[in-house]
Amino acid sequence: MGLFKFLKEKISGKSNAQKDKYVAGLDKSRRNFSSKLKILAARYQKVDDDYFDELEQILIEADVGVNLALEIVDATKKESRLNGISNPSDINELLVDKMFVSYAQQGDDIQNEIVFSEEGPTVLLVVGVNGVGKTTTIAKLAKRYIDQGKKVLLVAGDTFRAGATEQLTIWASRLNCEIVVGKEFADPSSVAYDGMKKGKEIDADLIIVDTAGRLQNKVNLMAELSKMKRVIQKEIADAPHETFLIIDATTGQNGVIQAKAFKECTDVSGVVITKMDGTSKGGIILAIRDELGIPVRFIGLGEKMDDLEEFDLDQYLYGLCLGGDENNG
Amino acid sequence: MAFESLQDRLTGIVKRLRGQARLTESNMEDMLKEIRVALLEADVNFKVVKEFVGAVKEKALGQQVLNKVSPGQMLVKIVHDELVDLLGADQCDIRFEINKPTIIMMCGLQGSGKTTTSGKLARLFKRKMAKKVLLVAGDVYRPAAIEQLVTIGKQIDVEVLNMGVDISPVEIAKKAVAKAYEEKFDVVIIDTAGRLHIDEILMKELQDIEREVKPTEVLLLVDAMSGQDAVNVANAFNQQLKLTGMVMSKLDGDARGGAALSIKHLTGVPIKYIGVGEKLDDLEVFYPDRMADRILGMGDVVTLVEKVQEEIDEKQAKRSFNKMMDGKFDLNDMLAQMEQINRLGSFGGLLKLIPGMPKISEEDQEKAKVMMNKTKAIINSMTKDERKHPEIIKNSRKIRIAKGCGMNSSDINRLLNQFDQMKKSMKEMSSLYKSGRMPKF
Repeated sequence: MGLFKFLKEKISGKSNAQKDKYVAGLDKSRRNFSSKLKILAARYQKVDDDYFDELEQILIEADVGVNLALEIVDATKKESRLNGISNPSDINELLVDKMFVSYAQQGDDIQNEIVFSEEGPTVLLVVGVNGVGKTTTIAKLAKRYIDQGKKVLLVAGDTFRAGATEQLTIWASRLNCEIVVGKEFADPSSVAYDGMKKGKEIDADLIIVDTAGRLQNKVNLMAELSKMKRVIQKEIADAPHETFLIIDATTGQNGVIQAKAFKECTDVSGVVITKMDGTSKGGIILAIRDELGIPVRFIGLGEKMDDLEEFDLDQYLYGLCLGGDENNG
Repeated sequence: MAFESLQDRLTGIVKRLRGQARLTESNMEDMLKEIRVALLEADVNFKVVKEFVGAVKEKALGQQVLNKVSPGQMLVKIVHDELVDLLGADQCDIRFEINKPTIIMMCGLQGSGKTTTSGKLARLFKRKMAKKVLLVAGDVYRPAAIEQLVTIGKQIDVEVLNMGVDISPVEIAKKAVAKAYEEKFDVVIIDTAGRLHIDEILMKELQDIEREVKPTEVLLLVDAMSGQDAVNVANAFNQQLKLTGMVMSKLDGDARGGAALSIKHLTGVPIKYIGVGEKLDDLEVFYPDRMADRILGMGDVVTLVEKVQEEIDEKQAKRSFNKMMDGKFDLNDMLAQMEQINRLGSFGGLLKLIPGMPKISEEDQEKAKVMMNKTKAIINSMTKDERKHPEIIKNSRKIRIAKGCGMNSSDINRLLNQFDQMKKSMKEMSSLYKSGRMPKF
């Protein structure tokens, strides 16, 4: 079939540094995913229905979701019958191909980097449920754009969780960038408003607004986000220019519900997947794209400040399915 | 709420199976498929789903359907029993040491809720069991993690041992335990930094703490939203530490918590507590059978009863009851009752526990809460006289009250009508009670 070859070729054009990070970051995920595929292929001489059932299982175990897993496996099955393919490892290649297609179908290539407005500060609102890594991701994003020569302002909009403001303040001082903080339990909208004013005053290029973690079924808290947005717009009319939803890679099918709910109240323009350096396969990436068409923009591959990478599907699939093999020979 | 869709699916199954004499392979096939998909969508581990569906099928096949029970109900019962089995048959409590401090060590992935849960546990032990609790700030890595615990400690009035970030967590834990012996603390809760189960250095650190302080309980935090990988995480923690239990966090979301439930089944580590909200009171003991009932939509009556009993000040209740019976119930009593209900925590959470009321949307709950707050505001804007004798409230008083609470006279009218209704039905109850047709309070 030569699809892996295709993926390898695509990858070979890309920077080695990024490739290495993906390969290293996804090392643990891969050991689970691709070795499962390989063990499966080794167990079967010829492909039959049981084989496809097991493929489905591997996908579900990667949090791809039942429906999408079925779709991908069905498409693989169909094509294999059409072309008379019955060799297990060829089928596996076909499967990866279908995973690729299922994501790529959902829209054009996306620009991962933040799109800066031509005039005035660009505003990025960061939202998500509790404990996904919003504050850490903000620090990573801030560093990324400071390194690109942008003037970044942080706004500590999480006035609810104990220690949240302190956490962002520590990051601001480590990154040597300005920060706007409110009083404890202050209305987050008022902090956001102060942030916008300050951003205009100091002529910041990028204002990143942190928000408190909220579970998507809490109506009040979701309404609070809409209010923050309105208040931000009082100062900067077309803001927020970007809204990133942060999702933990270990999240299961609830990730889709999260994306849906946050999309409804904040115009999510991109997803950042955190904690991809664990053993999770991040199948939720495919599930979210499949159901909602929201692109993943960045992924977090480690705890260090520069362990945030642009999301690249080729790299992701390569890192997940192949990366290690090459190193082994 | 967890597992809502399984609940919906099962309701559909019960309807479709009406009129069948027995459960057979063919009439069960679709249902089993639905159960499978529902469980997978709830993030129940793949292996567990397979086993579960197999077990249900085996038990159900050929079951003679009992008189007066529909085949659907029969199947639901089987699913329920299997679920209880899956969740672990018995409820497990924290084990407390006698004559020495009980040491609890918290561990888990980043963002699973260790610090918040440490605070909740401290509050629970302090408030319900009158224990002297020491919280230990052992997360020296995440910026401001210590500040977070210190703030929580202040909120619940529990001492926090804060030794800064320039000392190893192992040392902190040792010092904490020494302090606990010296100052006679009953419980020591050691918060630790979040870590990946594959991070060898940090996992070794936890093992070192475990070896040094010999904790009574090692609790793993598991996010209710976790996916299929949660089982691998729990396995890794369990292999490297002696886990004694789990706490499932964020169960107040709409995640179904299937992954956490699978962990119990695959590792044998019991779930001890569940986190059901952001407030420091929002921690509940985990009861497997009740959880199974809740999953199936039978309502969790027992939890409700306990919750109500614990919170309502009995004297207060008796006083208003007597007043009611004497027909002297006034707006003051109405206000007091509302405050009691408020203290029970989320109104919606309470409604959900009542059987037959599963379909209240979050939005409706919010509306109910808003209504209650409005009523409170109105009553608070009245003079003492007006509260005691609502009948004196005429037009000019209404306008003044409306101004005071920022509403208009029609709102005041609505409240007064509501109050009249309440009073009327109380009079009826009272006459029933006095005539002995109602059980004594």
